[in-house]
Amino acid sequence: MEIFGIPLQAFLGQLLLGLVNGSFYALLSLGLAVIFGLLGIVNFAHGALYMMGAYVAWIGLEHFGMSYWLALVVSPIVVGALGLVIERTLLKQLYKIDPIYGLLLTFGLSLIAEGILRDQFGVSGQQYAVPELLQGATNLGFMILPNYRAWVVFASLVVCFGTWFLIERTRLGSYLRAGTENPALVQAFGVNVPLMVMLTYAAGAGLAAIAGVLAAPVIQITPLMGSNLIIVVFAVVVIGGMGSILGSILTGLMLGIIEGLTKVFYPEASNIVVFVIMAIVLIIRPAGLFGKEK
Amino acid sequence: MTTERLGRIAWMVGLVILIAAPFVGLYPIFMMKALCFAIFACAFNLLLGYTGLLSFGHAAYLGAAAYGTGWLVKSAGWSPELGVIGGTLFAAAIGLLVGLIAIRRQGIYFAMITLAMAQMVYFVWLQAPFTGGEDGLQGVPRGKLFGLIDLANDTVLYFVVLAVFVAVFLFIVRIVHSPYGQVLKAIRENEPRAVSLGYDVDKYKLLAFVLSTGLAGLAGSMKTLILGFATLSDAHWSLSGEVVLMTLLGGMGTFAGPVIGAFTIIGLQNFLADRVGSWVTVIIGAIFVVCVVAFRRGFVGELLAWQKRRQADKP
Repeated sequence: MEIFGIPLQAFLGQLLLGLVNGSFYALLSLGLAVIFGLLGIVNFAHGALYMMGAYVAWIGLEHFGMSYWLALVVSPIVVGALGLVIERTLLKQLYKIDPIYGLLLTFGLSLIAEGILRDQFGVSGQQYAVPELLQGATNLGFMILPNYRAWVVFASLVVCFGTWFLIERTRLGSYLRAGTENPALVQAFGVNVPLMVMLTYAAGAGLAAIAGVLAAPVIQITPLMGSNLIIVVFAVVVIGGMGSILGSILTGLMLGIIEGLTKVFYPEASNIVVFVIMAIVLIIRPAGLFGKEK
Repeated sequence: MTTERLGRIAWMVGLVILIAAPFVGLYPIFMMKALCFAIFACAFNLLLGYTGLLSFGHAAYLGAAAYGTGWLVKSAGWSPELGVIGGTLFAAAIGLLVGLIAIRRQGIYFAMITLAMAQMVYFVWLQAPFTGGEDGLQGVPRGKLFGLIDLANDTVLYFVVLAVFVAVFLFIVRIVHSPYGQVLKAIRENEPRAVSLGYDVDKYKLLAFVLSTGLAGLAGSMKTLILGFATLSDAHWSLSGEVVLMTLLGGMGTFAGPVIGAFTIIGLQNFLADRVGSWVTVIIGAIFVVCVVAFRRGFVGELLAWQKRRQADKP
């Protein structure tokens, strides 16, 4: 069977790969959007946190025999704790000044993280074995579905919609949304806003780390993996607009799929397709697909 | 002594040092490279310091001109001066395209968009046939300026680069002090107010963006002539970050700041390169963090603030 002259298996394979990438875009842009909403900081270090999530899993496996499933829990906690420290010691001082400083500070932090890991592990990629339970593939009749990739998409969707539910449908989430609108007023109602801000950054860092662990078995783990990804995620965020949680998730998945399909039909453009779409969206609808004009 | 007179003296001293540099044994290639980055940082500062726009992808234009000039001089056989002009215009043209898209959003989004567009340009260079991909464009000849002056001599080329630097510097001083520059500052201070005063801010911002990208390109063109090659690292996002750091460290929104910042960072990298390996990145990152948290005015900004305080204390 063929679609536009492309074998169906190859087509669906790239589609799935696109969906996997899209899951990472969704997880990261979600964290970026939540952090930006409450802290007003564009967290360039999000890529570095994602990278560190993958490294924690890899170091855990290599040196302590930590299983993949344990890494999925430990890595976000370790990286989240690091996020906590970063927020308390550095970001806290920037809330009252121009947001570009937040971007520059977190950029500096990424350089530090990348430099240290490059010194320790070099630039060549590390491999992380697919956990035993998810090895192999399932034959669906019309395509061979690699189990691990299916798991990445499933797990990301669960985490994304869990986060959405937490923010949009719970009491804690309503505090968070109120804090985004007007922190001073929320504080006056007795909510501990600085604590909330701190935990939000830690949670965002944890989300990035989860993405890192999920990505570890399907990519080469390198110190630069985060920065290369975060720039694409910035474009995703510009396309989606940072106003809506669901918007971030959908935009991330959609762009992953588009990127995957570009790989099938015109591979040379697959690296730049997201940026081209960003340019087009900015021309047609500057506030982004789900953003609100201010 | 007034700040203005002090400033003028500082300029004279600086210029004398730069003119004397080749004769006191400073490594000419290093000095030329630093001057190129000083041009780059000054161009960037026109945008960040005087217009309030953070372009986070300025390496794209330096890289575009570096490749443009390299290709024109090496493959098309143009003379160095035409090659530099061609490369600069090429960078300004890309700047115009990116600027048209990026000025549609303000503030932090502007930074994200320029970064993303620069990454796109980077991927184009990575795949384009004439850039030599990962190897870069090698063996670009320096040639003869106006067909007369042989640039193969490092000292001769140094004075050409110095002349270009001084010209760019004076050009930027002129822009900032012109009525146009005053409007740019008004946009930086309060964009909605500038709009309400009837200024078409998008047009002003776009022109500032194109000027800045063109001058960044000029730095890249000169760099290709000096080093004889253009590589992907000229267009990489880490260079875009470095130029921000140079400007911030020296003092954004000051004339001398970016120059001092560029010399400091290039000198530091040169000094550390063989000594600490990949810790250079860590140190650069740490300087970034310290600058943002505790040193936002930069060297020159702090100096000016100190001078102001001292004068205010006088009876």
